[in-house]
Amino acid sequence: MDLSTSLRLVAPEELMSFVSLVLLLACAWGGDRASRVISAAAAVTLLACAALVAPTLGSGVTGPDGAAFSGLFSADAFAAFAKILIYLGAAVAVVVAPAFFERLHAMRPEYPLLILLAALGGSIMVSASNLITLYIGLELNSLASYVLAAFLRNDERSAEAGLKYFVLGALASGILLFGMSLTYGFAGSTSFAGIRAAVDSGLSAGATFGAVFVLAGLAFKIAAVPFHMWTPDVYEGAPTPVTTFFATAPKVAAMALLMRVALEAFGTQAAVWREIVIFAALASIVWGAFGAIGQANLKRLMAYSSINNVGFILIGLACATPQGASAMLVYLAIYLVMVLAGFVGILMLRDGEGEQVEAIADISGLSRTRPGIAAALAMVMFSLAGIPPLFGFWGKFVVFQAAVQAGLVPLAAIGIAASVIGAFYYIKIVKVMYFDEPANRVTGRSDWVHSVLLTVTAVFISPFGYLLTKWLGALADTAAAALFHVV
Amino acid sequence: MNGFPILSLMLLVPLAGAVVCLLAGARQARMIALAATLIDFVLGVLLWVNYDIGGAQWQFTERVPLFAGFSWALGIDGIALMLIMLSVFLMPICIGASWRSIEKRVGEYMAAFLLMETLMIGVFAAQDLFLFYIFFEAGLIPMYLIIGVWGGQDRIYASYKFFLYTLLGSVLMLVAMLWMANAAGTTDIPTLMAYDFDSRVQTWLWLAFFASFAVKMPMWPVHTWLPDAHVQAPTAGSVILAGVLLKMGGYGFIRFSLPMFPEASAQFAWLVFGLSMVAVVYTSLVALVQHDMKKLIAYSSVAHMAIVTVGLFAFNTQGLEGSMIVMLSHGLVSGALFLSVGVIYDRLHTREIDRYGGLSINMPYYALFFLLFTMASIGLPGTSGFVGEFLSLAGIYQVSTWVTLICTTGIILGAAYMLYLYRRVAFGEQKHADAAAMPDLDWREWAMMVPIAAAVLWMGVYPESFLAPMRQDIAALDARIARARPVGDSQVRPGKSGAAVQVSATAHEGAH
Repeated sequence: MDLSTSLRLVAPEELMSFVSLVLLLACAWGGDRASRVISAAAAVTLLACAALVAPTLGSGVTGPDGAAFSGLFSADAFAAFAKILIYLGAAVAVVVAPAFFERLHAMRPEYPLLILLAALGGSIMVSASNLITLYIGLELNSLASYVLAAFLRNDERSAEAGLKYFVLGALASGILLFGMSLTYGFAGSTSFAGIRAAVDSGLSAGATFGAVFVLAGLAFKIAAVPFHMWTPDVYEGAPTPVTTFFATAPKVAAMALLMRVALEAFGTQAAVWREIVIFAALASIVWGAFGAIGQANLKRLMAYSSINNVGFILIGLACATPQGASAMLVYLAIYLVMVLAGFVGILMLRDGEGEQVEAIADISGLSRTRPGIAAALAMVMFSLAGIPPLFGFWGKFVVFQAAVQAGLVPLAAIGIAASVIGAFYYIKIVKVMYFDEPANRVTGRSDWVHSVLLTVTAVFISPFGYLLTKWLGALADTAAAALFHVV
Repeated sequence: MNGFPILSLMLLVPLAGAVVCLLAGARQARMIALAATLIDFVLGVLLWVNYDIGGAQWQFTERVPLFAGFSWALGIDGIALMLIMLSVFLMPICIGASWRSIEKRVGEYMAAFLLMETLMIGVFAAQDLFLFYIFFEAGLIPMYLIIGVWGGQDRIYASYKFFLYTLLGSVLMLVAMLWMANAAGTTDIPTLMAYDFDSRVQTWLWLAFFASFAVKMPMWPVHTWLPDAHVQAPTAGSVILAGVLLKMGGYGFIRFSLPMFPEASAQFAWLVFGLSMVAVVYTSLVALVQHDMKKLIAYSSVAHMAIVTVGLFAFNTQGLEGSMIVMLSHGLVSGALFLSVGVIYDRLHTREIDRYGGLSINMPYYALFFLLFTMASIGLPGTSGFVGEFLSLAGIYQVSTWVTLICTTGIILGAAYMLYLYRRVAFGEQKHADAAAMPDLDWREWAMMVPIAAAVLWMGVYPESFLAPMRQDIAALDARIARARPVGDSQVRPGKSGAAVQVSATAHEGAH
């Protein structure tokens, strides 16, 4: 494979690297005044990259057709699906930020730049077909994320979030590296194809340890129980646009990477890791649900909700089938939009002075003061709880369908029964907004960008979303087929 | 009417009305809601008129493969037709009942009700397993809001209990449905109704469906959400809850549990009988000691629904037909009773029985209607209640005389608590001046009471109108489950003069 083909395959990553370097110069000389322009440029770049990878997904590129740089990088349909989600999540995180930061006089051009770099890292992660590529992508994503968490320099909570994220993230990276070195030592290769061939006949004890450590390191990134402790603090402490980003793009990237490692590198040894994944899935569902019940802050609640949802996505991984992988991708796509809608809704909650409102008690009676936001948030809550006819139900539906088809009926039954616990706190938010007397805290005006985004995402998660099921399902099937294409 | 998507139109009219109501002011919202429900009622009448009795089993079918994994498949048989008729008949009355009593957030209220109507019709018309599930579950959202926003004092507790109870019941059914769709390779309900699942698997599937329908029905001991929800919901909410939502449980048994899992149904018939017998006696006794009118009627609903379940699991035509008539009759009668409570609640703002008394003096017309519905609830011959209860008990008699004996006590107890309620509210002295000063029915209340009273008498005097569309479907269901029919202890044989039927008839009459 010649270099030009490789370079063509990584076009979106090249574009992002190039633009981020140019923007870096622009912000060095342009200063804070240039932040709006740089934000716009970053958002346009992300959307352009999404458009660049779309044909890869549409034509269902698999295996060798997408392999670049001697198999270090895999630009197949699976990566394309995940990349589109990452770019969209990142673009929204860029677009919603100015209204938030400008009021705090904290809008700096580094913000869109860091998001761009984190998205680039995520993009490399989902295309990784080698442990080294994996680590480069992961670290690029993580380092940018640590800085983003601490972006509000004057806010103690933000600094705390950044520090916590960094310390725990570094620990997880260490665990991951340790697992990678063990895997390399016992498999004799860092490429996923090589590892797959080496463990084909069974995992040695050392390689098993390697796999477990790699999975643990990635479980930290997706915030699956028992590696979830950082999530509530970081989600609460980080500025809300950054939380929006954390809950979407890096989560998709880490989940897609986990799928690559589990299903490509260790795909023949599903029996070994399935129990670990099942445990993490059920523990996340239950812990995420119970942890959320006592929360008084909306962002913390969303953090527990994300832990809960990761559990459902992992049920798809436990299937270790193409249907399971496809279901995970459908779930991720729907989840991404639900979370975006949720956080955009939270960003729109401002009091008379323009301060952000985050406490659940402060949105009492929101349906009477701001019916539009309340209706959208109620839809998000019912959708996250998986109540039909909202679109969130479809994500759970396909995941449980895959589990039943893979013969994991008890897992599906326990998982779905546990989802009722989660429903309790979701409907509590609806209760606060609809049944309680108005607290009249949320009186501030909202940014028009936020209103537009909220409308678009709300329409997506409304029953109209079901009209997309065929299209979404077909794309996810294509992507999953690429993942299961054995070289 | 062939080819015209009348069922989709019936779903669309209230849905469009709901959207418009959200944007409209209070006065307009009421008018729009009334217009939308009346249009749907007219469409329902058209549906009934055009329904070909004795024709194809599934009529007015529509099928558009709109979604991945399931399709927009609608169609009705006689059973669904009758339940859809019940829904569209009660809806305009519900809107009428909320005309004055709902003053805050009228637009949202009417929107929730219209959405509810769409979902109810959808449940009865869906011919795809997952489409059914979506309609079935989606009903939780508007009902949760109706109870929580416009309910009484303990509305929040009641709304949580309603939501979580019914959700927990339903989710296991979803896993069972996924398994069935995977095993049978189709999500088409008519096909699945003829599909024979392995009898060991049937046990599990039956239990999963039972969890959902038993909560919805509701059966003892998972009935406890019902009294709370009923008491706290606004009048129209109670009418819809008792009138139609409870019927979804019975419809589920008759559409899914019985035809899809006949062996498991026979295997678990004892469980259903046991729970129903407890329900009949226990909830009737509980109803006797209530001080709250709505709670009393709610408990009586549980007792009546228990008669439905025993009739369904009697595995014979009388039982099934009787259960369907009890469901229709109970839909009308309990709805009417809740309306009757609503009428005096709107005047005095209390549901406490002791706060009333001697209403027949100052509200004679009200007392007349209330008496009619009380008698219909007890099952007096000539009213709809009699036909249904008689048929179900005649059906169950062929299976078990003991079950019949115990369930028949429900009628005695029913007479006791309903007449006791009536005596305390309508007869006796006028104890309280404010209750004695209440005016009689106004024209709006007349307009709500008269149609229901007419329907109750019609169903009581000439039930054939309602049985005819269902007869063929019930016969088909009876043939389907015949292979699993349990052996009864009464050994009924057709005698020279139909003695068997007379025996059970005497037993029933004696109970009165």
